Amino acid sequence: MNNPKEDSQLSNLGIRTHQIVKAGLPRRRAAETRFKAYGLICIVAGLGFLVLLFGNIISHAWSAIEQTYVALDVTFDESLLDPEGKHDSAVLAAADYPALLKKSMSALFPEVKDRQQKRSLNGILSKGASYELQRILVKDPSLLGKTERVWLPVDDDVDMLVKSQIDRSVDEGDRRLKDYQIAWIDKLMADGRLEKRFNRQFFTSGDSREPELAGIQGALMGSLFTLMVTAFLSLPIGIASAIYLEEFAPRNRWTDIIEVNINNLAAVPSIVFGLLGLAVFINFFGLPRSSPLVGGLVLTLMTLPVIIIAGRSALKSVPPSIREAALGIGASQMQTVFHHVLPLAMPGILTGAIIGMARALGESAPLLMIGMVAFIVDVPTGLMEPSTVLPVQIYLWADSSERGFVERTSAAILVLLAFLITMNGLAVYLRKRYERRW
Amino acid sequence: MQKSTLLLLLLLISAYAFHLGRKRARDIVLGKVKTLHSLPNYYGYYTALWSLLPALLLLILWLGFETPVINHMVMESLPDGSQALSADIKGLLINDIRNSMNAGGSDTKPELQAAVEFLRLLKIRSGWLLSFLAVALAFVGAYFARSRIHKEHRARNLVENTIMSFLLGSSLIAILTTVGIVLSVLFESIRFFDKIPLTDFLFGLQWSPQIAMRSDQVASSGAFGAVPLFTGTLLISSIALVVAVPIGLMSAIYLAEYASLKFRSVAKPLLEILAGIPTVVYGFFAALTVAPFIRSMGADFGLDVSSESALAAGLVMGIMIIPFVSSLSDDFINAVPQSLRDGAYALGATQSETIRQVVIPAALPGIVGGILLAASRAIGETMIVVMAAGLAANLTANPLEAVTTVTTQIVTLLVGDQEFDSPKTLAAFALGLVLFLATLALNILALHIVRKYREQYE
Repeated sequence: MNNPKEDSQLSNLGIRTHQIVKAGLPRRRAAETRFKAYGLICIVAGLGFLVLLFGNIISHAWSAIEQTYVALDVTFDESLLDPEGKHDSAVLAAADYPALLKKSMSALFPEVKDRQQKRSLNGILSKGASYELQRILVKDPSLLGKTERVWLPVDDDVDMLVKSQIDRSVDEGDRRLKDYQIAWIDKLMADGRLEKRFNRQFFTSGDSREPELAGIQGALMGSLFTLMVTAFLSLPIGIASAIYLEEFAPRNRWTDIIEVNINNLAAVPSIVFGLLGLAVFINFFGLPRSSPLVGGLVLTLMTLPVIIIAGRSALKSVPPSIREAALGIGASQMQTVFHHVLPLAMPGILTGAIIGMARALGESAPLLMIGMVAFIVDVPTGLMEPSTVLPVQIYLWADSSERGFVERTSAAILVLLAFLITMNGLAVYLRKRYERRW
Repeated sequence: MQKSTLLLLLLLISAYAFHLGRKRARDIVLGKVKTLHSLPNYYGYYTALWSLLPALLLLILWLGFETPVINHMVMESLPDGSQALSADIKGLLINDIRNSMNAGGSDTKPELQAAVEFLRLLKIRSGWLLSFLAVALAFVGAYFARSRIHKEHRARNLVENTIMSFLLGSSLIAILTTVGIVLSVLFESIRFFDKIPLTDFLFGLQWSPQIAMRSDQVASSGAFGAVPLFTGTLLISSIALVVAVPIGLMSAIYLAEYASLKFRSVAKPLLEILAGIPTVVYGFFAALTVAPFIRSMGADFGLDVSSESALAAGLVMGIMIIPFVSSLSDDFINAVPQSLRDGAYALGATQSETIRQVVIPAALPGIVGGILLAASRAIGETMIVVMAAGLAANLTANPLEAVTTVTTQIVTLLVGDQEFDSPKTLAAFALGLVLFLATLALNILALHIVRKYREQYE
């Protein structure tokens, strides 16, 4: 049986195989290292993009914390403001404040005589400066006739120059500010009349065409109302349908269809929900365009699949023994679910719901369809009023050509991201705090 | 009365009804609760439901029919001559009357003064009548339910059946949404295809939806050939996939096979942040930073890059969908049984050889499903392309030129003034239909593959 010749052939073969394998090893080990490195590089690239994105936005946004103000000595001239001496607040409110500003400006720069130049001198001030004066005087009518030093917002171009975001070395023709204007600004700065202060306006006012007057409060309120409608509708409906599908639905073709349908809805492009909202809620039911109510309804339909899917998996993770125990001591099916299963699944459901809400907060495409892109100055106070939401406000500002809107857009993005991070952080906390391992 | 106040009042009444029903049930059995069919609380719920639901139904019906009925009554009240007007004119007239009532009646045309006054009166009366009827109905319901309570009354079953129908109704909303999407998009699309033939839309090479007001206007031919939009969408989505698939897949492999538990628990959530950032932020990033960067890079190499190049939008979109590819692939790689890996190691394969020749082929169906889902996400993505891609419908495969996409055009056509009989507005719905069908097909295919794959190893 044992043929020594064959044996030695086999062992020769074994040695040869061994040699071949050994010769290939360095190449294979190098390939191994390379492969591993590719993986690491890809993760680093992905995280690098994240850092780049955040860094880019923060670097654009930080300057929006401050807004440049100019100190003007304004004489609240009685003969100009209240020629009949009635001290009536209606008269004071309607008075000619731009004239006051013009007087103070030419007192600062008496050498400017040319009409064109005078106009651009007054252009240093923001268009909202006269309203600021009005506000000050209506608040404190005793200032009438006195001279006060007031701090007023400057125009966005001046603001940009002070924040060194306009390059002085650029050719005069390509710059938004002419050389003589820069000279005035430098003089104001040397006099200590220009100062950067905390930008309160950004958090307390609505939209505006002037970057220095524009704020996010209107958009924030709009987002709040829209999200309230969404939460109010999508939470009960989402939880109810998750309970039905997971606990009560018979396993048949119909529930299969509903299930496939929900999974598909979760992947339908958001803009299609906008088309639905436009055709059904606005054209068919005649609900008001641009209103948080319609926005909330559209976002409800969009977030429902997310909440249902999360809810079902949370309910599924409650072990059957809980149900059996409850049924065993005589609870009805409904009592079993509502008294025992649902409370145990609630943290998981809420986590999913918060993530769904965070997605709804960041969504803008469907809201463009239902007219929430209108330019709205007033801060909305109800569900039926035209309003916009934070992401759409970002879109609108990003489209504006003024240089001053870049920093405000970035700042608005930071506010939005802060909300999203808070919501997601809350979801993670809920999961960590209340998650149960069975 | 304000509707919200009315609603609050109804809720209060139903809370009272709850108390009423529970007390009644206790009194009937003289405190011996055990002899009742259901727990006392269920009698409370039963009474509360009887008090709340009919009143709510009335409220909803009333709100639905209030406007048409009032309009009709106002029209009836107008002088005889106006009865013969056409429906359109009547609609305008009613609008006029409503607007001048909302404006406070200061600039009302004198001939409408009476109608405006009548309308205001009707509205006030309707409000009060509704409040009175709803509150009355709530009390009637409560006392009716209370009178039906007796010892053998099956309150729990009745309440549970009501809750069950609410649960069932809620789960039908998902179906209704799909039906709503299909119907709303389909109806408008059919109206569009009445004006523009389907073949022109699907195979036409020219897209310029502005319709000429005058015959001599330039560049406003009203052509609705959507091929440039489809190619533009495909171009940008392909660029996105070219970015996302390698990065996402390699990240998933590293996270699933090589990374330590600690690294994985940090890196995975961080990567998933990319999918949670609102798309409008990506759009801003693409338009403000990436597009100018690519443009100046191109200029350095002597290339003429459009400032709204497909490359910029595609790159940024690719970054956005990295997590879609990576987290699904990660799941599926993890689902491959360890025995397959052990077998490969036993044969002498290195780890990367095992991954390439055993794990990936085994996980491939799932990975493909994930990539298809990411592709459907890319096709339907709106804000990035609206902000960073162009509006010009160029038929080109050059990523350095500006192209436009289906979603961009939907937004452009529908934002701003709309008339619902012009092909321009209706075209948006036709595009929406194409988008919905395309993504639906991709999703169904992907979900089918994923589901089948999941079963394979379970």
